[in-house]
Amino acid sequence: MERPSVEHSHVHHMDPAVEYSSSKFGMWLFLGTEILLFGGLFAAYAIFRAKYPEMFFEQHKELNREMGAVNTCILIFSSLTMAMGVTAIKRGKQKLTAILLLVTIICGLGFGVVKYFEYGAKFAHHIYPDTSIFFSLYFMMTGLHMLHVFIGLVILAVMLVLTLKGKFTSKYNTPIEVGGLYWHLVDLIWIYLFPLLYLIG
Amino acid sequence: MATDTHTEEHITGNRTYIIVWIVLMILTAITVYVSYIHFGIFNIVVAMGVASIKASIVALYFMHLKFEDSITWVFALFPLSLLGLLIGMTILDTFTRVVVP
Repeated sequence: MERPSVEHSHVHHMDPAVEYSSSKFGMWLFLGTEILLFGGLFAAYAIFRAKYPEMFFEQHKELNREMGAVNTCILIFSSLTMAMGVTAIKRGKQKLTAILLLVTIICGLGFGVVKYFEYGAKFAHHIYPDTSIFFSLYFMMTGLHMLHVFIGLVILAVMLVLTLKGKFTSKYNTPIEVGGLYWHLVDLIWIYLFPLLYLIG
Repeated sequence: MATDTHTEEHITGNRTYIIVWIVLMILTAITVYVSYIHFGIFNIVVAMGVASIKASIVALYFMHLKFEDSITWVFALFPLSLLGLLIGMTILDTFTRVVVP
């Protein structure tokens, strides 16, 4: 593809290289605030677990660690397909990118379905957010994480539509890469939530 | 790094990603396995240690941090020190309070 046509394919407000690196930088900055958003809950978790270790140990047995482990695998796999999707678009393979984005979305939905059954099982056992401090933290932390999964899914869906429309090329693919960073953060937070909530020794 | 197109940036190959994924799966298996063995306080230490290794691998490779410039590194790592401050100071405060009757 000729350079000029790339320039016309989307409106640059500044030098493309600057736009590219500042977009990525902006996302990293935002991810920092996301970590601190969860940080408040992590701090609460640390205090209450230190205060009531027996309660945390006894009540975590109610959680289904197999389902938690399955969801961990699903999210890590979705991170893999996301990362491969970024590589695919950078190599100009639009069709492969669309497939990989679709797989990532399906994984995200699968995560939601497993979580739906988990919450359902808790409610069936009359366990609600106000049952105890442990379950209050469990529902808040996984709930806030689930919200991030949904936002990530919306971002990925938009990326998929734009990819199918041919908006992204090997030269212009910043939204996919930056959206991918957000998706990886969802995986990253779950990496901590899984052992903290499901695997209390 | 300042090039007018993206052609000179680093593109991670799929082979690297698949190796990273296998390592992450092995580490996940280790975390689950270790949780069945009880050695007191070390459970949480091992669990958080493995989680941090996994998180670092995700950030370095999947999130491409390994190939980013130093300013991105600063802004990626600085929130972690704030997080440490937030959790550390809250714990210090909560557990050093003297209840006045």
